[in-house]
Amino acid sequence: MSSANVESAIDPQALNAQVAHVTETEEDNRMFGFIVFLLSESVIFLSFFVGYIVYKTSASATDWFPAGFEGLEIKAPLINTIVLVSSSFVIYFAERCLHRENLWGFRLFWLLTMAMGSFFLYGQAVEWMSLPFGFKSGVFGGTFYLLTGFHGLHVLTGVLLQGIMLGRSFIPNNYAEGEYGVAATSLFWHFVDVIWIVLFLLIYLWQ
Amino acid sequence: MSNALLEVESPRLPPQPETPESWRRFFTFSTDHKVIGIQYIVTAFVFFLFGGILAMVMRGELITPEADLVDHTVYNGLFTMHGTIMLFMWTFPMLNGLANYLVPLMIGARDMAFPRLNAVAFWMVPVFGVILIASFFVPGGPSQSGWWAYPPVSLQNPTGNLINGQSLWLLAVALSGVSSIMGAVNIVTTIFRMRAPGMGWFKMPAFCWTVLSAQLIQLIGLPALTAGAVMLLLDLTVGTSFFEPSRGGDPVLYQHFFWFYSHPAVYVIILPIFGVFSEVFPVYSRKPLFGYKVVVVSSLLITTFSLIVWVHHMFASGTPGWMRMLFMFTTMAISIPTGIKVFAWVATVWGGKLRLTTAMLFALGGLFSFLFAGITGIMLASTPFDIHVNNTYFVVGHFHYVINGAVVMGFYAAIYHWFPKMTGRMYYEGLGKLHFALTFIGINLIFLPMHPLGLMGMPRRVASYDPEFAFWNVIASLGGFLLGVSTLPFLLNMLSSWSRGEAAGDNPWRAIGLEWLISSPPPHENFEEIPIVISPPYGYGSDEPLVSNNPAGAVNP
Repeated sequence: MSSANVESAIDPQALNAQVAHVTETEEDNRMFGFIVFLLSESVIFLSFFVGYIVYKTSASATDWFPAGFEGLEIKAPLINTIVLVSSSFVIYFAERCLHRENLWGFRLFWLLTMAMGSFFLYGQAVEWMSLPFGFKSGVFGGTFYLLTGFHGLHVLTGVLLQGIMLGRSFIPNNYAEGEYGVAATSLFWHFVDVIWIVLFLLIYLWQ
Repeated sequence: MSNALLEVESPRLPPQPETPESWRRFFTFSTDHKVIGIQYIVTAFVFFLFGGILAMVMRGELITPEADLVDHTVYNGLFTMHGTIMLFMWTFPMLNGLANYLVPLMIGARDMAFPRLNAVAFWMVPVFGVILIASFFVPGGPSQSGWWAYPPVSLQNPTGNLINGQSLWLLAVALSGVSSIMGAVNIVTTIFRMRAPGMGWFKMPAFCWTVLSAQLIQLIGLPALTAGAVMLLLDLTVGTSFFEPSRGGDPVLYQHFFWFYSHPAVYVIILPIFGVFSEVFPVYSRKPLFGYKVVVVSSLLITTFSLIVWVHHMFASGTPGWMRMLFMFTTMAISIPTGIKVFAWVATVWGGKLRLTTAMLFALGGLFSFLFAGITGIMLASTPFDIHVNNTYFVVGHFHYVINGAVVMGFYAAIYHWFPKMTGRMYYEGLGKLHFALTFIGINLIFLPMHPLGLMGMPRRVASYDPEFAFWNVIASLGGFLLGVSTLPFLLNMLSSWSRGEAAGDNPWRAIGLEWLISSPPPHENFEEIPIVISPPYGYGSDEPLVSNNPAGAVNP
């Protein structure tokens, strides 16, 4: 074919540029695909939220909560919320450190995010154990554990992903081909955060 | 980017170890989109045959008014599994197969965006297929609650086992959803990001537009069904009460979750077939697709409208009056973009130099069926009429004209049209035409009588019926057996042509499109050199070439 192609095939510098370009395109594809996936995933949460609103608005005030239960305690979940929302900023700092090639700064902030996520999960577990109703206690019990549980699974997934990314940061030249894994994990973390804010408003504040 | 950039193969993509010409590659975890496409289509067709056998047993039962061939319980399981297999195991995988095979070729890409994800999504199909079919062998038999699994019927668990027909059904449907989401993410990313240089949105073939529109529906709608299915599964296994009315649950909410996805799902099925029509008619009429831009934009309109019509399945579910009015209106409005398409296809064929090959015959037959189904669809959209024929055979006749008439015939049109490209061999035209005649007569013989039956008031999903309905039922059953027989010449044709058909050449139909510029079957990397697209598709009767012959002088995309 054209002479341009022949030249580029022999010139090692041009070859490297092309490989870098292909890698970059692949990385963009993965990020694009991941965003598409997250948008789709958000519809599951949206469905659960809509279901919760339908149940809550159609139930009468007396039969919404299980018998003998007055309402959810808000203080501990609020602390949990603040920790989770703040962790979104911490993970952002971690990413910035990585951009500046400050690897230890990245690891420090990244580990802090993981700690905050784990604290959230621990707080969630403590709250679950203190509640006097279970999964089978009517529609409120069902939706409460379904929503917090499904969200908690996402937080757990996020922390596990962060663990993998932390481990990978010790592989030499891991970021030579881009930071897709870190960027995607971080995006996922923000997503989990936003979902929690909606969930907190719906379940804890709107009682 | 210029063409030269894509010329060099990335060292990160080593050549596939499997030999490209061996049939064994269809039984491997291949990441080649062409292999996966054929894997999808063949697997789905096997399930189609199985679902068809279930349907023939049902028609055999319905040939007499009494429930004598199978009893009512078995019959319930038969129609549930027939519907579920045909939708989740036949149409979705089949259309994913067509999209997998054709989209990268049509947009000038070497493969899908995520080849490994693609292979995983395919290999889930046999897994959930086996799970679903295994439910025939668990105590209590398969699910009997119909393909929509409405609670509280679907919450009944007479055997008391955790593993029962209904829970296996839910598991299979949930896995099918995961597989479909994987496929949708992959296809949408591929279409958005991997088009050849120069292929702007309005230079993309209509098939890719319809596939994109369909996959967007999957992404938006499917999670709602997943949410409903998860809640139903929890009700059934853990004992929650989301949909259990006796304990405060709301069974109608399930119907909303279900139809929010499952109505748009029919557009997931029909849209790619619209794309097939838009590809096939111009080739065999030697004319450009009439109103190309309007046709492709109408696909996105259908996507939008399809998400706001679901309540028309629930006119008889205690739905308030304002909701009935609203959804009657939106349902009728969706016939505008579909009407645009029908008009455009007729205008494409009109005055063309027609070649009535098997593919063209099937496309015309599919168009005819779709038009008929569209007319009964408008009737059903009207709430008063819908209440009258709700859950009767009129509804069954209507949607089988869409799914068997338009979709299955559209599928056959696609297979005959692209068979020479997929295999490099030509099929036998005579057998193809016999196949078309049997299919077309069979479809009309089985599904047309369902309309008078429905108007007379025969309910669907019953194994026995009043003897006054016998006449039309006998005709429908004979049509059903004929439809079953019609697959035999197809199977014979495909198997013998694939193994010993004549060589087809690269472009036997003299069609215009990127997939026809490469050899048949296409090489592993599809394009030796990524083409640069310079004209819109369907340039029949135009001298302008589709791709630039001079990559160096080409403009940027």
